[in-house]
Amino acid sequence: MIPLAHFMFVSAALFCIGIYAVLSKRNAIMILVGIELMLNAAILNLVTFSKHDKFEASGQVFALFAIILAAAAVAVSLAIILNVYKYYRTIDPTKIDNLRN
Amino acid sequence: MSVEQIIFYVFAAMVLSSALFVVATKNLVHSIFLFFITLFSMAGLFVFALADFIALSQIVIYVGGVLVLMIFAFLLSNKQILDNPKPMRSRFLGIHHLPGIFVALVFFLVLIWTISLVDIGQLQWVKESQENTVKASDNTIHYIGINLMTRYLLPFEVVSVFLMMALIGAAHLARKERKV
Repeated sequence: MIPLAHFMFVSAALFCIGIYAVLSKRNAIMILVGIELMLNAAILNLVTFSKHDKFEASGQVFALFAIILAAAAVAVSLAIILNVYKYYRTIDPTKIDNLRN
Repeated sequence: MSVEQIIFYVFAAMVLSSALFVVATKNLVHSIFLFFITLFSMAGLFVFALADFIALSQIVIYVGGVLVLMIFAFLLSNKQILDNPKPMRSRFLGIHHLPGIFVALVFFLVLIWTISLVDIGQLQWVKESQENTVKASDNTIHYIGINLMTRYLLPFEVVSVFLMMALIGAAHLARKERKV
């Protein structure tokens, strides 16, 4: 039986790797990957605590919802990234600085 | 140290090392394929948290859906999107990475400190959940299904409608503009 804290250490480390990717990457797709890492860390926490909630299984149900929402977010943001690339010819978020015209 | 613990730590090491390589490597295609390994090992960790259904949906949705979508988005789009936006002068860790590393490290230390303060195994509701704890022989899918159709019916329907709206919106955004 693995203690709960070890799951949470893994999740904390994964979350911080995601934060690093979001903060310091110059590529929108890598930022998206960082967001996915952070979401996965959160899902790991939900699933871990759901071990002590057998009959309601609320952690696992919300982990399912989080996975579905992450899939929707990736679909929409990849479409947005492709459109931004078509318009600006770059996907560096620091260069994309005007909303319209 | 039992076999279970050894396999768990192998999976955890795979998750963390492949995630580090994902964010450290410069090559976008390499990092996406390493992200495969991260997600697969995350599914392994979910199995060790006794959530086999979540592990399966992680493989089906993340690995089968999200990553394939990302790879399609590269391969069907222009070649330049794969290149770095600008060749970096600095090598592995440049000066522009320092704020990100600093924030991530500080946040990591705060999280580790908090987790070690809490002493999760001794929490009241964790200790009282002897009857309610999942054993490895239990069928968790049964309880997930019952809860999804009774207690969480409204969020379930909202999420399904939301997913359909998001996918239609993504298809609308990504379509080719008609030449005028």
